Amino acid sequence: MNLDTVLWLVQDGISNGAIYALLALALLLVFAVTRVIFVPQGEFIAYAALSLTMLQAGQLPGTVYVLVGGGLLAAAYEIAAALRARATARLPRVLAFYVLLPVAIALLAWWAAPRKFDLWVQALIVLGLVVPLGPILYRIAYQPLANASVVVLFIVSMAVHYALTGLGLLFFGGEGLRSAAFSDAQFKLGVVNVTAQSVLVVLASVLVMLALWLFFTRSLYGKALRATAVNRTGARLVGIPAELSGSLSFLLAAFIGAVSGVLVAPIATIYYDTGFLIGLKGFVGAILGGMASYPLAAVGALAVGLLESFSSFWASAFKETIVFTAIIPVLVWRSLTSHHVEDEEE
Amino acid sequence: MRGRVLLAAFLAFIALAPLVLPPFYVTLFNYIGLATLVSLGLVLLTGVAGLVSFGQQAFVGLAAYTTAVLTTQYGASPWITLFAGLAVTAAVALFLGVITLRLSGHYLSLSTIAWGIALYYLFGNLQFLGQYSGIDNVPPVTLFGWSLDTGGRSYYLIWCVTLAALIAAQNLLDSRSGRAIRALRFRSVMAESFGVRTASLKVVVFLYAALLAGLSGWLYAHFLRFVSPQAFGVNAGIDYLFMAVVGGASQVWGAVVGASLLTVLKEWLKDILPKLFGQSGSYEIIVFGVLMVLLLHRTRDGLMPALARLVPAPKVPPAVAPAAALARRALPPAGEPLLEVQAAEKHFGGLVAVSGLSFALRSGEILGLIGPNGAGKSTMFNLITGVLRAGAGEIRFRGERLDRLASSEIARRGICRTFQHVNLISAMSVLENVALGAHLRGRQGTVAAMLRLERAEEAQLLAEAARQIERVGLSEHLHQAAGSLPLGRQRVVEIARALAGDPVLLLLDEPAAGLRFAEKQALAELLRKLRAEGMTILLVEHDMEFVMGLVDRLVVMDFGEKLAEGLPREIQRNPAVLEAYLGGIE
Repeated sequence: MNLDTVLWLVQDGISNGAIYALLALALLLVFAVTRVIFVPQGEFIAYAALSLTMLQAGQLPGTVYVLVGGGLLAAAYEIAAALRARATARLPRVLAFYVLLPVAIALLAWWAAPRKFDLWVQALIVLGLVVPLGPILYRIAYQPLANASVVVLFIVSMAVHYALTGLGLLFFGGEGLRSAAFSDAQFKLGVVNVTAQSVLVVLASVLVMLALWLFFTRSLYGKALRATAVNRTGARLVGIPAELSGSLSFLLAAFIGAVSGVLVAPIATIYYDTGFLIGLKGFVGAILGGMASYPLAAVGALAVGLLESFSSFWASAFKETIVFTAIIPVLVWRSLTSHHVEDEEE
Repeated sequence: MRGRVLLAAFLAFIALAPLVLPPFYVTLFNYIGLATLVSLGLVLLTGVAGLVSFGQQAFVGLAAYTTAVLTTQYGASPWITLFAGLAVTAAVALFLGVITLRLSGHYLSLSTIAWGIALYYLFGNLQFLGQYSGIDNVPPVTLFGWSLDTGGRSYYLIWCVTLAALIAAQNLLDSRSGRAIRALRFRSVMAESFGVRTASLKVVVFLYAALLAGLSGWLYAHFLRFVSPQAFGVNAGIDYLFMAVVGGASQVWGAVVGASLLTVLKEWLKDILPKLFGQSGSYEIIVFGVLMVLLLHRTRDGLMPALARLVPAPKVPPAVAPAAALARRALPPAGEPLLEVQAAEKHFGGLVAVSGLSFALRSGEILGLIGPNGAGKSTMFNLITGVLRAGAGEIRFRGERLDRLASSEIARRGICRTFQHVNLISAMSVLENVALGAHLRGRQGTVAAMLRLERAEEAQLLAEAARQIERVGLSEHLHQAAGSLPLGRQRVVEIARALAGDPVLLLLDEPAAGLRFAEKQALAELLRKLRAEGMTILLVEHDMEFVMGLVDRLVVMDFGEKLAEGLPREIQRNPAVLEAYLGGIE
């Protein structure tokens, strides 16, 4: 293996790792705020990537049906809850978010699809299609179980993953799709050829991370989320509603998923079920980072990207096996250093 | 009675089914039996012990591949490869269990997904495993020269194994080990303090679930006579878990219900949905996912409790059979130094809960530990029982240091406790809860329990539990679920459980809270009697009337430090104590 190959693999590993890092951050965020192990995060990626590719082909992405259908279902839950509590004042706002907004975005996508706008415009439409799915999912599947144990929430996540993957198959079909690149440019950096696409991926990931950092340190909502992550009961006592924190963290997760999907669409062929594996690699990164620290999770995710890229060179058939067994040494180390006995909450 | 009839009807149905049903249904039943085995393991692992695995299909696959390779490439007999398959499964499960089970539950669940994926791609890419096309021509099992080479013939083997596993699992749950397993999910801290080594027990349950999956894999390979990675994909693992949850994850027969329901539903949906959507694909996962979310919104107990209501419980629960008394521990002579706490320290971040506290306890006395709320009494309790680890200082019991030992080891030295926040297993009867206290006085393990070889010892344990329940005056509640008792009574159950452990030193954390006057008097009487028998008692209590008339000496704590120590009437006159309790004079 010569230096060129090494550098090429490193470049490939870093651009994949940057996406895994974004996912690892989203997964940690959702877990810290809601205690949900959010396996379906991967489905946002697949939905976003496949929607982008369909828009490029001038077709209406099936995501619109999931969005409008899910929105209606979430609205139904809200209406039922409002009637039961005899508190209908919030309803107009809720309906605007769960019904009007999805319908408007769906109509926009329907209007824009045949017109084949610029890739950047299409990417924005994809964000509009996928991001509201986060709060909608939270409302339908997780909010009724907000007090359930981590274990029950995990099972719900697998169920949601099932439903979304199946819907993905229904609306996108079983074929793999790959989108056109944002830019085909290449330039030489020293001895290595760098593709503009991989620079874009890394740049976008860093930008999103920076935006998240600003959000969490500067904005009131960001601070509210951090408070909830530190102490849920305490946050509720000072007036931060658990539903809002949950909804907001899912919104951010969906946003990160959608961005990752748009970034990954041109560099990999995406099938309806590819998102699961990509999302889980985000988890591997988060576990490598100890499931607690955001910077460590990002580093862990980069390591996953590099490991994947080098193992696909040396032993491509065993790439997935190698990546997913990488957590074993970390688990061994963690279990040797942990001594506590704890009870699950009832 | 109706339960017996139902069981007999079920057995008759299973026995006759292949004689009357067409082959398609016999095959379907074979799949149900195979799935039941796997989800039965999950019932114990997930429903009872609270550990979620999405990776059981990997254990099914390991055993299936082991037997397929050994029988096709080395001509080994399936009866030998059965043990080889189970050995491989056990080795892998043991390794994975040891590295994940000490961590929080979601680590186990995440790693089960990870190793499921890792193994799937390994199966699919290894040359000698036939890659994605798998291994065919796996020989059938031969039994007494009779080849089980058709679905109908495999049927009886599969269902005999499945039924045996169901009965063994039921036996296990109704035993000394079973009670400990049932404490793992919500009551690990309590179980530890009665000597259960919860970490190893979790590994045992995990191993058990893996072995059932391995058994299913061996049967699968020889019934289908073909193995390929597709059967052991991640979705198979999710399906197994859903089966256990749908059936009712804490009940053994829920495994049959869940496996039957989902296997049949899947078959039916695979048929109907592609026609509905006009294209082929496994759309049944949409329905499974949605059903699962809806089910968990309504109940976390699955369908089994609803079905169980159809079979009324026997009106008169069986009486506890008389049995020989268990051996008792020799108590140290009165007046011997028993427990010595020297300069114990415990900080929680910046909060000092216990600071430089020293006191000693002599054999045969009742020492009261009192102090205002937040004085650090319960923390001190947790330091002695090993629930918390002291930051500095020494705690010695009969000369041996306790402060570096785990709770379960401290329990082995004859220290039993009650909990300030009642720590009973609500769904278990009072009798079973108290019997858990006697855990260390039995020694029969899981295998003996499954085979019912421990009945003599079990009778002794239950008889001892019943004796302690009678002693604290709760005989009328023997078979009631502990959670259905009023809180005051539950505290008394806690005392009976601690007594069942045959303690040298009894630690009581606010035992009189919530008791009525007459009940308090009875409790004080009981404690005096225990002292007369030579037991040593450390009592944390708020009720001064109760404490003053009972204890020999008092230690008063305030802000983590010792404020005073002495006889009750000295303490009652101590100005520092009065100030701490009643507030100083400004």
